[in-house]
Amino acid sequence: MSTISPNLSNRTPLSERLDLIVSPIFAVILGIIGTAVWLYSDIDSITEDILAPEKLQRQLGETLLLGFSSSILVILVAIPLGIVVTRKGFPRLKNFLVDTLGLAQALPAYGLIVIFFSFMGAGITTVIFALATFSLLPVLRNTIVGLEQVDKSVIDAGRGMGYTSRQILMKIELPLSVEVIIAGIRTAIVINVGMSALAFLVGGGGLGETINSGLKLDRGPAILIGAVMVAILALVFDFLSALAQKYLKPKGL
Amino acid sequence: MSEPLIRLESVSKSYGSGAEPAVKKLTLEVEKGEVLVLVGPSGCGKSTTLRLINRLIEPTSGKIFLNGEDVTDVDPSELRRKIGYVIQQVGLFPHRTIAENIATVPKLLGWDKDKIESRIDEMLELVSMDPETYRDRYPKELSGGQAQRVGVARALAADPDVLLMDEPFGAIDPITRDRLQNEFLRLQQELKKTIVFVTHDIDEAIKMGNRIAILREGSEIAQLDTPEAILSHPADEFVESFLGSGAILKGLTLKKVRDIDLHQVPTLTAPVARDQALQALQESPDQVAVLLDDKEQPTRWIDEKALNRTSQPIEKSGRPVTVNLQPEDTLQDALTTMLQSSVGMAVVTDRKGKYLGCCTIESLAKLIMSEG
Repeated sequence: MSTISPNLSNRTPLSERLDLIVSPIFAVILGIIGTAVWLYSDIDSITEDILAPEKLQRQLGETLLLGFSSSILVILVAIPLGIVVTRKGFPRLKNFLVDTLGLAQALPAYGLIVIFFSFMGAGITTVIFALATFSLLPVLRNTIVGLEQVDKSVIDAGRGMGYTSRQILMKIELPLSVEVIIAGIRTAIVINVGMSALAFLVGGGGLGETINSGLKLDRGPAILIGAVMVAILALVFDFLSALAQKYLKPKGL
Repeated sequence: MSEPLIRLESVSKSYGSGAEPAVKKLTLEVEKGEVLVLVGPSGCGKSTTLRLINRLIEPTSGKIFLNGEDVTDVDPSELRRKIGYVIQQVGLFPHRTIAENIATVPKLLGWDKDKIESRIDEMLELVSMDPETYRDRYPKELSGGQAQRVGVARALAADPDVLLMDEPFGAIDPITRDRLQNEFLRLQQELKKTIVFVTHDIDEAIKMGNRIAILREGSEIAQLDTPEAILSHPADEFVESFLGSGAILKGLTLKKVRDIDLHQVPTLTAPVARDQALQALQESPDQVAVLLDDKEQPTRWIDEKALNRTSQPIEKSGRPVTVNLQPEDTLQDALTTMLQSSVGMAVVTDRKGKYLGCCTIESLAKLIMSEG
């Protein structure tokens, strides 16, 4: 009969292993650059004021809050929506949604934040909703693709053995599409953390303030340190989602 | 006959209003314990018919009875748990181990854990797979043949009375398919399930079916009968063309050597004197005699020419008998053996190798003619 390698499940493809290495490496490199700038460049009193620890701490907290809330909002909306439109009878709604949200992503994030500002006013909630709208598409699209790529014969067998539609979804479709869906969430999280740098525009705070002050006051080190911090945050989140992707994926696939 | 286990009563299924129905007013009965094969060209609606039985497809009109009970108004999921289902693509759950796959229906039915565990081992053994080795493997680690064994085990796990099989061996290489078919027939002899089996392969239908329904478009029954009857009396041109040109040859797999009137050639039991042997041959219309050893097992074909070559003892003249037929062998085996034999006949022995008689082309032809 066929020969079966006993440690089949321990062999991960190169791309998957790189996946878990690349973001930490970049994060460390950026960390080194940031520290070097902080230690070796001219830091005057204005720069020191921009980079005051209590300010950075607050902005960091705001960035985390923005990233988290908008991502959770996206997950709560996009996954159920993706599930609904992939059920029988919604092919039109599905295409409509994917097209419209594609449009939302084609707009610059900046424009989207301004649009939300025009009817929600200033504040962190405005930014959360704008970011969520912007990053809805990757999660929705991956949920749809993930559910649709599940082998139809597996679903047929499940149905034929007496699974209800709900059991098919929970025990077959979702477990078999978890990897693709998390890939979408990962994209959304990175977008959300990255774009949160624009939150200061409508009074949403975040590390964008540091970058902005650095620009306005022409303080290079401040700009760089602010940008590096945002980038490191995004990379850390990317790494965490890669871990989730790896460990939430069912065995045997 | 007793009340049929499955009964379709003028069942139709159409998709949309304009299109020709996939199944048109089909009435069909499946007896308890039989294998009914639905066979027909692709697109004739045979798979649809199968899926109507467990309501994976809802009929547009008509009634379906299982065990005398109308299934068109019971909960479909609960109905399906009582019916085994095997498909060509197998459809094992890739994220579940072999054991978990087999446990699917028992779990749905709420069996207790110990019962499920022992059932898993029992099922794996039933399909000739070692439980120790395979329980904890995942489907991707199996070959196609192994996967379908697990597919069958999974379908039988909750001991359903009825098994629906949709081209179960269609995607498997010919050698493995043949082995799986044979194993399945052996299983069925023990289990006596009621099976509806869909295939497009008429040879498979003849091999597997107690009865065969040959379907044409719209799942209309062109002929429904035993394989023997269909082969010897095809109902119309459609059936005839579907059977193909080799219908008689196909029929040979259905009959056994024991159905033939064996031909008796002269036998000589070693040790035998040369002139005695010669006399026996000359008295008989046959050109050849069989030499038996002291256990009455055939050893050589002896003819006059061999007897005249006096330089060798009789036990070493003539040609050796290489292949013996047994009464359980099919006529196809008999034909092959005869064609390969140097004398145009094949020796038939019982299981212990004791000589029973000979099988000749004439006796084979006579049997076929008497059927036709």
